[in-house]
Amino acid sequence: MELVVISGKGGTGKTTVVAALSQLAENRVKVDCDVDAPNLYLFYPGTDREQNDFFGGKTTEIKQELCIKCGKCETVCKFGAIKEGIIDSFVCEGCGACTLICPADAITLRDEKTADTFLTEIKNGIVSRATMEVGSDGSGKLVTQLRKNVKNFLKEDLISKENMLSLDKSIIIIDGSPGIGCSVIASITGSDAVLIVTEPTKSGLEDLKRVYELTEHFDTYVMVCINKYDINLDMTYEIEAYAKEKNIYLAGRIPFDKTVMEAINSLKPVTEFSESSAKRALEEMWNRIDTTLRNQN
Amino acid sequence: MKIAVLSGKGGTGKTTVSTNLALTLNIPYIDCDVEEPNGFIFLNPVLENEEEVFLQVPEIHKETCTLCGACVKACQFHALAKAGKEIVLFEKLCHDCGACKLVCEADAVTFRKRAIGKIQRGRTEKIQCERGILNIGEPMAVPIIKKLLASLPEETQFIDCPPGTSCNVVNSLRFADAAILVTEPSEFGLHDMKMAIELVKKYSIPYGVIINKDDQTENMVKKYCKESQTPLLGAVPYSREAAIIYSKGGMLCQESSYKKIFEEIAEKMKEVFRWN
Amino acid sequence: MKIVVSTTGKSSEDMLDKRFGRSEYFYIYDTETEQAVVLENEGAKAGGGAGIAAANQVIEEGVQVIITGNLGPNAFELVEKAGMKAYSCGVMPVDSAIELFQKGELSEINLPGMAHHGNH
Repeated sequence: MELVVISGKGGTGKTTVVAALSQLAENRVKVDCDVDAPNLYLFYPGTDREQNDFFGGKTTEIKQELCIKCGKCETVCKFGAIKEGIIDSFVCEGCGACTLICPADAITLRDEKTADTFLTEIKNGIVSRATMEVGSDGSGKLVTQLRKNVKNFLKEDLISKENMLSLDKSIIIIDGSPGIGCSVIASITGSDAVLIVTEPTKSGLEDLKRVYELTEHFDTYVMVCINKYDINLDMTYEIEAYAKEKNIYLAGRIPFDKTVMEAINSLKPVTEFSESSAKRALEEMWNRIDTTLRNQN
Repeated sequence: MKIAVLSGKGGTGKTTVSTNLALTLNIPYIDCDVEEPNGFIFLNPVLENEEEVFLQVPEIHKETCTLCGACVKACQFHALAKAGKEIVLFEKLCHDCGACKLVCEADAVTFRKRAIGKIQRGRTEKIQCERGILNIGEPMAVPIIKKLLASLPEETQFIDCPPGTSCNVVNSLRFADAAILVTEPSEFGLHDMKMAIELVKKYSIPYGVIINKDDQTENMVKKYCKESQTPLLGAVPYSREAAIIYSKGGMLCQESSYKKIFEEIAEKMKEVFRWN
Repeated sequence: MKIVVSTTGKSSEDMLDKRFGRSEYFYIYDTETEQAVVLENEGAKAGGGAGIAAANQVIEEGVQVIITGNLGPNAFELVEKAGMKAYSCGVMPVDSAIELFQKGELSEINLPGMAHHGNH
């Protein structure tokens, strides 16, 4: 069973919630699909047991020895990526128009490495994650790959049959991508449930609406939690009213709590800290989520 | 001088910093975070005009098309496909590159305009504001960012960039003469800021860091700036009041204590960016 | 008649993959010759437009029936225009999925799922 945690807006505390829930769920398999800001792995120092190049896009190359400096490529490129026979790979979208027009056959289209993917072995489990090349975009293809890497790992029998059985019953928690684009769609596809982490601000509500509209297109169970709910109770009520209207399950409210920042900075889930209000709220929320999801199946 | 405001991590306060600095310095504000353009919530300008942004997408004319499939093969974005006796266009995947027309031997390709978003311009009492908006469900933000930035006058302005280090950010940075990196004093903030610095360095422009939600201690971001000799432009302290003002869509620089902080940041910024 | 099943592996015992555009393989079974071939899904390699690339591929293979989990609207449109039929099936071994189809126990996909309109 897969639970994906997403946020729409950045900075609402998604990764904090993921780390806490993973610990409460005794989750052994973690997938960090927040490829633009992959912070989950900072919580889990471990050894990389697998590293692979990921080719997520295309780019072009001009062979200078063949180039006759006719300048046709520069005129045909609608993205302004070619200047004086040099391609700016940050700007090039890999459309290949220049390769089609070049009379000297000096330009080739090739796959572009956009990320490294890792399977990192940690205490009691693994993390599937990626680091992007600067200026590259997270993509549905990369997110799909990260989720697939975990499945391949499980399939290859690298863990004992006994663990496999308990994994089947456990809930895999995925740190989803922010925003409403391609990568978040790939994070949600085929998951069983989605938890949206929002905050009681105007921007938070706007972005919650946008991302909820997106989830409506999937056959997945949607829940919401309001982080730092006590910063603005009026906005919290507004968000709750929206959730009620849309029939979104309100999984929990997490209070503003200084322990959360302390937890991030010591790189431990907040649930490992002794009693705090955020910890209690997260524990209650996990119990509700666990019960709800188990009743569904 | 165009000053790009970036943050590796989302939600660090990029919009807070750029809107407040724009008001403090009386400088135009340009919102390039076209997927989530929240700057106008805070500045609340009176809209003056609006302009649609278009892409050119192909039309394949059935009468002349020989169904040879060359355009389908040429399209790297899978925006064209052959099904039965027609070439089908998936316009949302089209990048407006023109490759299909280049390879069509039957001359069956022409182009038409397709709107993907808009640009809005307006004024607050003090400053000019512009923003790009990507229509919901549209995947490509870059054409709007380019349109927004390519036509800007030479005067000084703040460019509120998208978060992260994606190609949307790259396209915002291409037009910048200086960059501000907004971060928060956490391991996450620091980690993502380092990624953003890597990107900015490629452009050889002056840059500096602003810490938002600062805890007023000698925190890890301050240490990093000192050790790496990265200019620290200032810090906006965290307070519950600030969080409440933000949550309601209010401006921090209208509170006396915060007004002074933004003025100090502005001074420091002029020094670091050598701007008169 | 040629039937294609989106799948995670290369054999008929491997599991059906509910994703059409980004499944790893296509298991193509010919009911007349009772032979099967397995192809890598071109869609899985695509940065964007995975569903379109995948549909294009099976159209070119001359397939008439698709068995998968969901079809995105892009793939759905192509499949419809090419006059193919698509059937929805749960996760199970490929041979069981084909068997269910032949018994007429799978339902036809009449509505597309969510677009994966990624540009990358």
